[in-house]
Amino acid sequence: MKGMTIIVKTVTQIVCGVIFLYGIYIIVHGHLTPGGGFAGGTIIAGSFILLILAFGSEFLALKKEETGSSILESTGILIFLIVAVLGMIIGGLGIFFINFLPKGVIGKLLSAGVIPVYNVAVGMEVAAALLTVFLALLIYRDEVLK
Amino acid sequence: MELFLIIILVLMIGGAIFSLEARDLLSAVIAYGIVGFGLVICFLLLQAPDLALVQIVVETITLIIMIAVILNSTRDEIKPVKGKRSTIFVIFVFIFIGLFLYFFNRTTETLSAFGEHVMRMSKAYLQPGAEKTGSANLVTGVIFDYRGYDTLGEATILFTAVIGVLTVLRLKGRKEK
Amino acid sequence: MIVYILTVFLFLIGLYGVVAKRNLIKIVIGIALMEYSVNLFLILVGYVKGGTAPILSGEVIGKVFVDPLPQAMVLTAIVIGLATTALLLAIAIRIYKKYGTFDIREIKNLKG
Repeated sequence: MKGMTIIVKTVTQIVCGVIFLYGIYIIVHGHLTPGGGFAGGTIIAGSFILLILAFGSEFLALKKEETGSSILESTGILIFLIVAVLGMIIGGLGIFFINFLPKGVIGKLLSAGVIPVYNVAVGMEVAAALLTVFLALLIYRDEVLK
Repeated sequence: MELFLIIILVLMIGGAIFSLEARDLLSAVIAYGIVGFGLVICFLLLQAPDLALVQIVVETITLIIMIAVILNSTRDEIKPVKGKRSTIFVIFVFIFIGLFLYFFNRTTETLSAFGEHVMRMSKAYLQPGAEKTGSANLVTGVIFDYRGYDTLGEATILFTAVIGVLTVLRLKGRKEK
Repeated sequence: MIVYILTVFLFLIGLYGVVAKRNLIKIVIGIALMEYSVNLFLILVGYVKGGTAPILSGEVIGKVFVDPLPQAMVLTAIVIGLATTALLLAIAIRIYKKYGTFDIREIKNLKG
């Protein structure tokens, strides 16, 4: 698939890093401001989709397989499950999903126990899932519908 | 405030009707975007900023995938066939709509009027919510602390849908005729 | 009350699109319209007049919050709607590759 004009390419070079950083900010501050894991994950996927659309699939020399992003997605949901089961072992009451890290002062960045870990895991999973779907459609289009 | 909601809902209904009756598939998809972005303004008016953030990005990605699918296949709509439209069909449609609206009316009699929500269950989540979970964002506290098991189910649905897409679009190991 | 009736009307338009249209893309648009209308209905039920978003910042005494429980439910439902729409569109493009058309009356043959 061909890329777009030179104006789009120049603006994308400047902007896509800012969008990625904004997505990470929304994920990490999920327990203080609106947002959380799901919103930040889709924003990160949006920045990668912008990069692929603006430069075209031939320029980026995609490896013609989407294995990397599907490994990231599986890792994300595995971390989610492992932290949930750790709550059952460490928490001391045998409850699935208990909040076992110390909850600090409300309003600081390092507070709310285990919620920031869940936010990062879910953000990684959602971003990798949307990127895998997009890459699968792109590769199918390039290989089959020549 | 309710007046703004009614105006935007009427615009969304107009966009939806146009999107289903358009003769060109590309116009249908662009009119479908009106419904999605009108929903963002509705979420902002109803004091739900997390949902507006998610909806605006999700709507953009949906439009991208739909336009990619349409531009790689076909843009025409199928020519409408003037078949014999029997009157029994039309009568059944009206009976069905009447039944649906009647049962909907009986269901919403137990709901309060719009804007006077009796927060019986939510008081138990709002008042001790900040101290027990430790987070200032109560929606995140409900998702990941009080209702963490349901979030695991939702993450599993997302994972399964992606596995489905990868299986349908598989290229290796197939014999092409 | 009018707001509820308009939301159900949007749902009925989506249902009409699924039942009465012959083009596969219009059926997918109908399913997505039904999902949007249900999400909107859940948030409409939880609105309190004069309430603010359920996020603590500054002083908290005397503030009226809107209901956070439907917002928590709908937050994940939106992302799941995207995943199911993407799955439907992947199936649609495979059908087009095999049969050459999006018409549902011509793709009923169970050939190999």
